[in-house]
Amino acid sequence: MASNTKADHGHPQDGETRRDFLQLTAAAFGAVGAGVFAWPLVNSLNPAKDTLALSTIEVDLSTVQVGQSITYTWQGKPVFIRRRTAQEIADAEAVDVSTLRDKQADKDRVQKAEWLVVVGICTHLGCIPQGQKTGEIKGEYNGWFCPCHGSAYDTSGRIRKGPAPLNLPVPPYTFLSDTLIKIG
Amino acid sequence: MGSGPRTPFENPVVEWVDSRLPIFTMMQKEYGVFPTPRNFNYFWNFGAIAMIMLVLMIVTGIVLAMHYTPHTAMAFNSVERIMRDVNGGWLIRYLHMNGASFFFIAVYIHIFRGMYYGSYKKPRELLWILGVLIFLLMMATAFMGYVLPWGQMSYWGATVITNLFSAIPVVGESIVTLLWGGFSIDNPTLNRFFALHYLLPFVIFAVVFLHIWALHVVGSNNPLGIDTKGPQDTVPFHPYYTIKDTFGTLVYLVIFCFFVFFMPDALGHPDNYTPANPMVTPPHIVPEWYFLPFYAMLRAITFNIGIPFTEIVIISAKLGGVLVMFGSIALLFVLPWLDRHPIRSARFRPQYRIALLVWLAVFAFLGYVGSQPADAVKFGIPLSYLGLLGTIYYYGFFLAILPYLNKHEKGRDLPPSIHESVLKGSA
Repeated sequence: MASNTKADHGHPQDGETRRDFLQLTAAAFGAVGAGVFAWPLVNSLNPAKDTLALSTIEVDLSTVQVGQSITYTWQGKPVFIRRRTAQEIADAEAVDVSTLRDKQADKDRVQKAEWLVVVGICTHLGCIPQGQKTGEIKGEYNGWFCPCHGSAYDTSGRIRKGPAPLNLPVPPYTFLSDTLIKIG
Repeated sequence: MGSGPRTPFENPVVEWVDSRLPIFTMMQKEYGVFPTPRNFNYFWNFGAIAMIMLVLMIVTGIVLAMHYTPHTAMAFNSVERIMRDVNGGWLIRYLHMNGASFFFIAVYIHIFRGMYYGSYKKPRELLWILGVLIFLLMMATAFMGYVLPWGQMSYWGATVITNLFSAIPVVGESIVTLLWGGFSIDNPTLNRFFALHYLLPFVIFAVVFLHIWALHVVGSNNPLGIDTKGPQDTVPFHPYYTIKDTFGTLVYLVIFCFFVFFMPDALGHPDNYTPANPMVTPPHIVPEWYFLPFYAMLRAITFNIGIPFTEIVIISAKLGGVLVMFGSIALLFVLPWLDRHPIRSARFRPQYRIALLVWLAVFAFLGYVGSQPADAVKFGIPLSYLGLLGTIYYYGFFLAILPYLNKHEKGRDLPPSIHESVLKGSA
């Protein structure tokens, strides 16, 4: 039977037959079909429309004193806003950028030197660094300190010590007036 | 399991069923007369004990699911309601909570038994791989189960572990968003973790079935690590090991019940009785005790790996930690090919025995390191350095010591057979 099939449908001399081709083609289409079917199921696990809709917030800065920090929730994430003191600004600007792990000058991270706005999630594994409230440990560089794995950030939110690879990210924001910003 | 020759049963009902589906014949063959080495010690109880714990977890888990609400606003309160209002709910939850720990204790002893007596060696490689797969599935299940009460440790443990995937180059962030179903751990995450936590135990059950099937093809290893050579080396599984397993299980369950009734929270963490708060990280995040050694290896890598004297980073500290942690389990999968020494049992390999016992001590020490804060210092030495040393030994044991011993360990003379050792009283 097998030899008949080969003789009827293919080229037995190179060991491949039309049946092999048809089987491979059918299997390939089956695999593509399974993938096409699986994609909507996987994609349904991505953020839903209601989750995506919570995109912007407005923050009133008029009550924030120099040296004070406030925290707002944006897309389920805490945003740290710090009204920096002259000393903190000077510290942040004095750093030699080439010595940093994630090289960014302070002026590239702020729109107005007094206001630092960063997403308060440690870039290592997502803990919330301490240093927002008075009395919390701010770490060696007087910015924020992540208690989970010991990452220390400076007064520009840049990573200075510990396992985190990147600076605290700066969210997109605009000053609507001198005392009102829109995040997102 | 096939339809081979069959001895008829006397009971007509049993015979009616068995002639159509030979399930009684199969049970008789695999659990009645199944020939088993006659020299098992109590280490061989822990497979059966782990099986009992899996069943206990599934049974208590199904009942808990009937009272639990997987929603961020209600999960914590629904667990408290189980504890306070549901009839006997406290007992069912404490059985489930401590059951997870005791399942892991049994499985860790079971794995170490396999390593000590060389049970992973030919012809049991696939049996071992299925076991490591069960261990991996257990870790995933336990992790997701710990998220469900929606306490502070649930939330922040989930944050740290899911963020591990962000270390993957290029697609990491998209994967994390996909896992979360949002931009942080939130209701979609809790909901899917509940679905998977309910599903995975049944997957584990299926792999356990394959694990036992593979065991019954090649037969059990034994403390001497030599093959059985005939009926004089074996006893039927029933009643010899059904009774021995039952006795060991009862002792184990007594200890388990002591924890359930007298110190139910001893193995947990008090922070998880604080409702989850996405705005406040607890000062000291720790996983459950059974993950601590792996957590210590994750934290041991605090430096980037790159080309020396340049700024080029090939593997960031974060990715390095993640690779080291997952690699530590990947090593277990390939253990049968790392240890190719012909002698199985550590009883006849004095050098391997010492290296393995040191490995065990290092593993326990890594657990201690994992339980301490990241910046802890003991005796003037930062613990993360000791964690790195421990990690190096963990890896060195598999990748340097085992290959070295393959070539250089002579080993002691093996006894001629199991029954001769048993009769001499030395098995």
